[in-house]
Amino acid sequence: MNVAFFFEVLIGGLLAGVMYSLVALGFVLIYKASGVFNFAQGAMVFLAALTFVSIMKMGINFWLALAVTLGVMVAFGIGIEKIVLRPLVNQPPITLFMATIGLAFVLEGLSQLVWGSQPHGLELGIPDVPMQWLSQKWNINVSQFELFAAGVAGAMVAALALFFQYTRIGRALRAVADDHQAALAVGIPLKNIWAIVWAVAGFVALVAGLMWGARNGVQYALTFIALKALPVLILGGFESVPGAIIGGLIIGASEKLAEVYIGPMVGGGIESWFAYVIALLFLLVRPQGLFGEKIIDRV
Amino acid sequence: MLYREAGQFKATYAQDQQIFPIRQDRIAFALLLAAAFVVVPLIANQYWLSAILTPFLILSLATLGLNILTGYAGQLSLGTAAFMAVGAFMAYNFVLRMPWLGVIPSFILAGLCAAAVGIVFGLPSLRIKGFYLAVATLACQFFVLWAIQRIGWITNYSASGVITAQKIEIFAYAFDTPVRKYLLTLAIVAVMALLAKNLMRSETGRAFMAVRDMDVAASVIGIPMMKTKLLAFAISSFYCGMAGALYAYTYLGTVEPEAFTLDLSFRILFMVIIGGVGSILGSFLGAAFITLLPIFLSVLFGGISHATGMEISHAVVSNLELIIFGGLIIFFLIVEPQGLARLWQIAKEKLRLWPFPH
Amino acid sequence: MTDARRTGKPILTVEEVSLSFGGVKALQGVSFDVREHEIRAIIGPNGAGKSSMLNVINGVYHPQQGTIAFKGRRRHDVDPHEAALQGIARTFQNIALFRGMTVLDNIMTGRNLKMKCNFLQQALYWGSAQREELEHRAKVEEIVDFLEIQHIRKTPVGRLPYGLQKRVELGRALAAEPTMLLLDEPMSGMNLEEKQDMSRFILDVNDQFGTTVVLIEHDMSVVMDLSDRVVVLNYGRKIADGTPDEVRANPAVIDAYLGVAH
Repeated sequence: MNVAFFFEVLIGGLLAGVMYSLVALGFVLIYKASGVFNFAQGAMVFLAALTFVSIMKMGINFWLALAVTLGVMVAFGIGIEKIVLRPLVNQPPITLFMATIGLAFVLEGLSQLVWGSQPHGLELGIPDVPMQWLSQKWNINVSQFELFAAGVAGAMVAALALFFQYTRIGRALRAVADDHQAALAVGIPLKNIWAIVWAVAGFVALVAGLMWGARNGVQYALTFIALKALPVLILGGFESVPGAIIGGLIIGASEKLAEVYIGPMVGGGIESWFAYVIALLFLLVRPQGLFGEKIIDRV
Repeated sequence: MLYREAGQFKATYAQDQQIFPIRQDRIAFALLLAAAFVVVPLIANQYWLSAILTPFLILSLATLGLNILTGYAGQLSLGTAAFMAVGAFMAYNFVLRMPWLGVIPSFILAGLCAAAVGIVFGLPSLRIKGFYLAVATLACQFFVLWAIQRIGWITNYSASGVITAQKIEIFAYAFDTPVRKYLLTLAIVAVMALLAKNLMRSETGRAFMAVRDMDVAASVIGIPMMKTKLLAFAISSFYCGMAGALYAYTYLGTVEPEAFTLDLSFRILFMVIIGGVGSILGSFLGAAFITLLPIFLSVLFGGISHATGMEISHAVVSNLELIIFGGLIIFFLIVEPQGLARLWQIAKEKLRLWPFPH
Repeated sequence: MTDARRTGKPILTVEEVSLSFGGVKALQGVSFDVREHEIRAIIGPNGAGKSSMLNVINGVYHPQQGTIAFKGRRRHDVDPHEAALQGIARTFQNIALFRGMTVLDNIMTGRNLKMKCNFLQQALYWGSAQREELEHRAKVEEIVDFLEIQHIRKTPVGRLPYGLQKRVELGRALAAEPTMLLLDEPMSGMNLEEKQDMSRFILDVNDQFGTTVVLIEHDMSVVMDLSDRVVVLNYGRKIADGTPDEVRANPAVIDAYLGVAH
């Protein structure tokens, strides 16, 4: 049992998990503020990454491209809220969820229609090579890029957590998530709030898109990242920002460890379903996740 | 004028409980069946039979299965394709290893295997609801596909996981032409649709809908939660399993596990939503719509190409397809959440009044 | 009105039942009994724990302490399905009808415990399954006639006005041919005519079928006219128990309703 190897797999898993958390954060934001489970988050990540890369390819510099893409995402966010969500505002959550599935398809088709379907590479300037001193000192290979991504994710989580806890808008968002009617009754402008939320979610999608795009290339498969975020959310609770990180870490680590240590015994490829089975077992034991709130059914 | 119930009185409850209480409906349905069984085989060409009508019927059956689970019983499932895969591969195994069973019994056994898998993955529904359950069904979807590819026995140790469905022979009568495959599929689907309709208008259907609408109240009046939910999963998976078996034997021929991905599950869910949640007729309408839409689009764009001389690439058409599918889902959810079936009902009500406006 | 009815021995005994949700004490040491064939009212100011009491009786809530004895069988808690099997049916304060189904189908669901055919027989719908379905349909139609809702039998329940929905819910409870009926505010939101109709139905059910009725009601005139005996709850405790006249004159009850601090 090679300890160094174990740590390498573990850390690799944890860092992969952080990447999942980046996507999960977008879900949490929207769910926290509007109670909608946005299945289209993955498509939004894809749209952001593809738009950014295509704009850069047109010769525009990094920061300008970033700004333009952010503008596009925010515009989409506001548009989505207006066209899809507002007409469905009184429907049961399952209807909204299915609408976001439709939305995902629309965004995917639209992204590829406008920008084409070839995969693109994304360069952020940080190479995907092992950190020198870690690999030399302890024989553990940890990618520089993944550490950077972890740092970015950490910063985002901290910023979002502070935002929700301490700013006026953050409080308003939490009020809206709890009870729309009550929020309206105290004068919180619902429509503006939702527009803000979707815009911020778009920003989060952009960051996730950049990270994932740099790691895996910008291609259609990026949309499936959203699916991996689901087990993360189940573990962490749908409404918890720290939960998204912890959930991501647990899922990422256990997935990698399972693949490496259990995988060979059953023919490999466990990664395709292991995260979901973990989520499923978790649901049976603790349906509200680690940090979520228990829901009591009253008759 | 034509579509009037005047004069059609129901003297017994039995008459009132019929599937088609209105005489005109009965006549129309009889004509439809006649057209499907007799006219179509006579006039349809090979392409239409094997590439459009047969898959439409098969997908209708799968949509029916999902509708029973999600539409009637309210348990959202994203694992439909996995249940179809179980049906397809198990049917292959039964025909391969127990050829004396016969094709139809093999299909039925394969369906029962799918039902068993459905019960196992339906167990979480006793504790979790809504889209949490959807995530559980995702576990089923991914796990089943992985298992089919890894457990060599299932694919008879074929290297790539690909199997070839055997020829269908029932009592030495070979079903190997498109017409015969179509008729066999039609017969099976028609019978299963009738069984489903009977089931949904009986106590089982009511129990499902009660669980969907308010499960606490349902349990208070005596409806058993566990039995009802697991029965919904079992019946639904059985239908999907049968659809999968048909998918392999009368449509695909050569079957690979990749034919049953999450994408297919979503397509079938779309058929349920667009066709009408909780409606047998809706399942057929939704399947027809989604099966015919790509054809309609390619004809449309072919026409536009010709008319304007512009070359519209295949990639563009398939992306437009995605956008239109997604857009239609959103449209239906906003405008008519009960789908095409409800639109059909509204049309019939207008027809009753015709030619008067109200 | 009340002494003409023949009431029998206690069919339901509630003993020292205490129920709390986290820190909130919904019921504290409540004891009373309900005699067979009687109409018993539970009244009290809002938040007194009346609905919780009904929920404990039919097993939706499980009390931390105390027992319920129904038809001689004492149990600490029971699940709703068992309660239904034992012959308890109920209606809810916020109508718990199945909105996607018609009136007829909703009332038919009340017959589910009496339906014996399995799903395979139902799929064939020929022979015993069809016979059973028609048999129960006939029974349900009797209830439809009794409640005078023939004109809406095929209407989806979600489209009906509140008063009619309450009537349908009563129909569903009656369809189970229960020994004891628990009614949670059956008259709320109704006008005078509807209340008279509803009262008539409740009295008829009690008269014709001998069904024991436990009802929660805020309208005092209804309570005084209909019930044989009344239990008064306040802040989760029983503060009075007796005939309507006794309870009406009870100073503790008057205080509770007028909100005198205690």
